[in-house]
Amino acid sequence: MSVALKMVGVGLAYDGAQGQHRVVADFSLALEAGHIGCLLGPSGSGKSTVLRAIAGFEPVRAGSIVLGERLLSSPTVHLPPEQRHVGLMFQEYALFPHLTAAHNVGFGLRRLARAERRERVAAMLDLVGLGHTAQRYPHELSGGQQQRIALARALAPQPALLLLDEPFSNLDASTRERLTDEVRDILKMAGQTALLVTHNEAEAQVFADHIGVVSGGRLASWNPTLSPSTQGPQ
Amino acid sequence: MKRLRSVGPVWRGGSIAIALGVLVPLLALLWLGLGSGLGHWAHLAGHVLPNAALNTVLLLLGVGLLTLLIGTGCAWLVTAHDFPGRSVLHWALLLPLAMPTYIVAFAYLDLLHPIGPLQGALRWALGLDSPRDLRLPELRSMGGAIFVLGFALYPYVYMSARAMFMTQPAHLMEAARALGETRLGAFWRVALPLARPALAVGLSLALLETLNDIGASEFLGINTLTVTIYTTWITRSDLAGAAQIASALLFVVIALVMLERLARQHQRYGSAQRMRAIQPRRLQGASAWGASIAAGLPVLIGFIAPALYLAWETAKRLSQGGGISSGLLTSLVNTLLLAAGVTVITVGAGLVVAWAARGQGSIRNRDAWVARLASLGYAVPGTVLAIGLLTPALALDASLAGLLGLPGLPLMGAGVVLVLACAIRFLAMPVGGIEAGLARLPAALEQASRLLGETALGTLKRVHLPLLRPAIVASSLLVFVDAMKELPATLLLRPANFDTLATWLYAEAARGTYEEGAIAALAIVIAGLLPVVLLARKPLSIGMVEEVKK
Repeated sequence: MSVALKMVGVGLAYDGAQGQHRVVADFSLALEAGHIGCLLGPSGSGKSTVLRAIAGFEPVRAGSIVLGERLLSSPTVHLPPEQRHVGLMFQEYALFPHLTAAHNVGFGLRRLARAERRERVAAMLDLVGLGHTAQRYPHELSGGQQQRIALARALAPQPALLLLDEPFSNLDASTRERLTDEVRDILKMAGQTALLVTHNEAEAQVFADHIGVVSGGRLASWNPTLSPSTQGPQ
Repeated sequence: MKRLRSVGPVWRGGSIAIALGVLVPLLALLWLGLGSGLGHWAHLAGHVLPNAALNTVLLLLGVGLLTLLIGTGCAWLVTAHDFPGRSVLHWALLLPLAMPTYIVAFAYLDLLHPIGPLQGALRWALGLDSPRDLRLPELRSMGGAIFVLGFALYPYVYMSARAMFMTQPAHLMEAARALGETRLGAFWRVALPLARPALAVGLSLALLETLNDIGASEFLGINTLTVTIYTTWITRSDLAGAAQIASALLFVVIALVMLERLARQHQRYGSAQRMRAIQPRRLQGASAWGASIAAGLPVLIGFIAPALYLAWETAKRLSQGGGISSGLLTSLVNTLLLAAGVTVITVGAGLVVAWAARGQGSIRNRDAWVARLASLGYAVPGTVLAIGLLTPALALDASLAGLLGLPGLPLMGAGVVLVLACAIRFLAMPVGGIEAGLARLPAALEQASRLLGETALGTLKRVHLPLLRPAIVASSLLVFVDAMKELPATLLLRPANFDTLATWLYAEAARGTYEEGAIAALAIVIAGLLPVVLLARKPLSIGMVEEVKK
């Protein structure tokens, strides 16, 4: 198994009123291709900031972030988000309210020819089981449907890495349980490398192959889960 | 409980009467315009309308494009970027609102005169000495009018675009970036389409102001429909003709109002989500200074340059020992009296309408509809409103004079018609302001007061009026200042030999004498700054409350 995401000694900080405010320090991990990793920690622990740094929304003050062979971030290098081939699924889904479900999914496929794009959008909608909602607008979809559209949209450009920021926290308990399994199956079927951020330990155990516990801006541990699929995609 | 919520018949009757009063000039206009025979229309369509209508359409197109460009561009610059001067420009970009369009035109006619300060300085810098060697394009042209009105009116677009960008959730832009869009691409494909309804609202307000404008187009020699209405009545004394042009203009207004209403309906897009706002990105080096200049230019052109010009001319005039003429002082007193009268009547009527519309449920819908009707006047250009009021007012005056044996025109002569016209035009401000104030007060307050034995009127006096004071004060200020600035209706409806600061300025500019016009203009601009300060603080403080909540 090759390593997909490699973070070495990453440090992150915000510019505050009293100079820089350190949020994350000496953060290192390696995630293998096709695996699902999870950062587990309470809110304010810095886990979401790590995710935003990988996506390219926060500059790195120390260390480096490498995806495959490409250096994404270091104190001197900062690849803009649109060139990283990193997908991001937001806690609030962030579906574009002025576009239909199909246009949302096709948003990142501008470089494809029209026919090819239409095909991919249809395939992605089928993958998440929502082919019938193609022409609906986000506000016409249920919470669970919006979540799956957001997943389809993030997966459509075939990112090298998919980031998921608390993707299940806005759902009610029963929907969340069902969708956790569903999304994991979809990711595994697509062979997608993914990194999830959550504060819910049960969710982390079911969803991930590797769990890292984050506290106080540091990675306290990085261990495989006990789930059978730790051995890689079936 | 049900009785507590229902609006008393007196209040509702008053509210409906006010709304009907607003409709009188519009109905009179349509009756006049459509009832005076087709022959008249043929003459208009053949000779007057094509030229004036074409000018109006060109002016609307040009001003629309320019205000959209400046307003949207500056709003995006100050909300999504950080650069030197940003925190000042954030509110300073609103300053041109203090400058009525006719004052901007008045100032630039002198500033940009071939032998005026700007072209003179330019020639000096280039080492030329004759105005023949270098001449900027003529300001008295369609392009000049678009330039003046665009830089005077862009704040309407800026204001609504900025409010939209400030509340737009940051994660939508981030999602676009993560899906492979560049910063510019994300702006075009996400931020801009989402702001479209807000832009349409701001645009329609700017265009309604363009239609209302008479001074700037007249000074710059652009014969618009509004100007044509004025000259048809004042120089040709053809009331029926003026009414026909006015009713034609009314259709343009209706189209713009429909655009605004439609846009407002779509504005609820995604606003239900409470999200992290877009964080301004710090610009470095040349792009930072470029942004400062780009966002500073509209303030410079739309406010600072004309304001400095007026201050300079005023100082020059006063230092020459000329003092202020008694005529100008009388105009100042007239202006303040007129504005005070308009404010009392308009805010009083606004209170009645808003209070009557406060009910809830299905009752509310009906009374709120009356309130919308009563607020229609803001969209009607001053000249159109004036022509609409003239016929009923003249008829009433004639019968009053006959009945009481009075000479002349009792209502017109006493300025009653002018005050009414201003009240109709500005009623939307107190109605909207007080309605918004009432909406923030819980219904339980009224119920508690009534259960404690207070009457409806007593509740209004003891509970709501004290709580509504900020809203009432704010809308009074808005109405007062707008009445001070009002030009088109005042020109048509003022009593004989009655001048306000605005008409004084108009007369001087029309004569081309430029004596004390700058003093009158400066007084209007200083008054006009008050509501801008209010506006500049309000949206910011709402944003700050939201920040604190998080």
